[in-house]
Amino acid sequence: MKNTNMNKNTLKIGEQLVTRSIQFSGYSSILFVLMILFFLLYEGIPTIFEIPLKEIFSTRWYPIENYYGILPLILGSLVVTLGASLVAVPFGILTAVYIAEIAPKWVKEIMKPLVELLAGLPSVVLGFLGILIVSPFLRDKLHLPTGLTALTGSILLGGIAIPTIVSIAEDALNNVPNSYRLGALALGLTRWQTIWGVTVPAAKSGILMAVMLGVGRTIGETMTVMMVTGNAPLLPGSLNALFMPIRTMTATIASEMGEVASGSPHYHILFFIAVVLFLFTLLVNLIASNIGSKRIKRVEKMLS
Amino acid sequence: MQQLKEDNLKKQLRIEKIGFTVLTILAIATVLPIIAVVIYIVYLGAPAISWDFIFSMPRDGMKSGGIWPAIVGTFYLTIGTAIFSVPLGIAAAIYLSEYAPNNKLTQTIRLAIINLAGIPSVVYGLFGLGLFVVFLNFGTSILSASLTLAIMTLPVIISTTEEAIRAVPQSFRVVSISLGATKWQTIRRVVLPQAIPGILTGVVLGLERAAGETAPILFTGAAFFLPRLPNSPLDATMALPYHLFVISTQVPGMPIQIQYGTVLVLLVFVLLMNIIVTIIRSRARAKRQW
Repeated sequence: MKNTNMNKNTLKIGEQLVTRSIQFSGYSSILFVLMILFFLLYEGIPTIFEIPLKEIFSTRWYPIENYYGILPLILGSLVVTLGASLVAVPFGILTAVYIAEIAPKWVKEIMKPLVELLAGLPSVVLGFLGILIVSPFLRDKLHLPTGLTALTGSILLGGIAIPTIVSIAEDALNNVPNSYRLGALALGLTRWQTIWGVTVPAAKSGILMAVMLGVGRTIGETMTVMMVTGNAPLLPGSLNALFMPIRTMTATIASEMGEVASGSPHYHILFFIAVVLFLFTLLVNLIASNIGSKRIKRVEKMLS
Repeated sequence: MQQLKEDNLKKQLRIEKIGFTVLTILAIATVLPIIAVVIYIVYLGAPAISWDFIFSMPRDGMKSGGIWPAIVGTFYLTIGTAIFSVPLGIAAAIYLSEYAPNNKLTQTIRLAIINLAGIPSVVYGLFGLGLFVVFLNFGTSILSASLTLAIMTLPVIISTTEEAIRAVPQSFRVVSISLGATKWQTIRRVVLPQAIPGILTGVVLGLERAAGETAPILFTGAAFFLPRLPNSPLDATMALPYHLFVISTQVPGMPIQIQYGTVLVLLVFVLLMNIIVTIIRSRARAKRQW
């Protein structure tokens, strides 16, 4: 009798211990985000005291001579991201529609693993292919002085965003209840009309979320842009900027952090750029998750 | 009237046919480059692959010899990442799916995970530099790089694991609890075994990403060139993706053969991971009991 009691007690203590550690693991994500934010701010905030704000948001980035204007870098990131969206959004969404709504089963089973393979390709591999194939091709075809331009970066980053967009948008389309499609078909619509009149509008928020998350990935992408965009911190002024070398925030951090002295103004401003990047991606992800949670609420409403 | 309706239907069907064709072509145009890239890399990389290329040290400033230290380095980094991120990620997923109440704190955790998933890899690199390399004084090492990669991988592992655990039917838990099992016993003996294929998929996908990353290890553990294998977790190491970056952009006059060979090794690694995931998934689907 006593023995089983003891067993029960040790069981209880064991259970308690496990439960506590699981609970703590659950909380750990919050801790990590806070720690990341803390270290970025800790090393990035000093910039504000070392370099006048007006200079930080000026147009010349040339750290060797103490020009620390990050505007060209921010705009560089935006140009490449915009270009990548122009590639990835149409191709990504339409491929998702094809896979979810039109493709026969065997085609699906070939296409989905291929998209996953693209998602798994390390970004250096895409950068490498960019240097060897895409950039010489664009240089020759468009008669540019160099193939290492924002356009090259955009095309390759499009390739990075496509898997994200395809898989999330496809999920959203698959989540549309089949009764919607059947209802539309029963009313005499063709499959094509059903897709664009019923299914895609019903999955709209999920598709929007897919686009946001895809865009979020391109803003933060580092190695590919560093390898193929030429890394010239020029201020993009017009549409022509697509055909010129450019430099993004991510590439700047990656290529310069290795060579700066710890604690110098240059070191601090690289962390400051990381804070800016952090805020950009945070914003994009907040918007995406907002869209996502609205979608869940609507589904709940439909079911109740 | 009847005639008009029929004409309209015919027109719609024609539109449908054209639309489907266009979408098919677009989807193929999206997927075809992926196949082309694989064939291209295999075709040009295969001649470079030899026993010597895989298993020997780089020589002549990396312009000849092999990539063994980079392969071993990537292996160590992947293992190191797994040691930290797999237990933590699975535990966090168990908490979210089985324990977490529906309150503000849980919402904050979810927001944090979404946020972690969105942070750019190079920012993880800076964080790792600030915390592990400098503040905790681990130096530029396998340890620092693994910890950085582990935090980066966490959201992938948590979200796939949580999904896998949630997919286990509620009735399994109810029966187990009603038989007198405690909550943890239920999770360990009933829920987790059912969720293992899904969890494994998440772990493999997470580690695949970690192994292919370059930016987070740039300042936390990657060595430009190291003519020997690392001896301890506190050594810096070469790594395949970083090595590819180095030989394709930083070293002038690099023989193209070696570059293609290195890309092929990376590609084979990714393909292997993907095949493993596919096998786990299809076997799980065949064996599923609910």
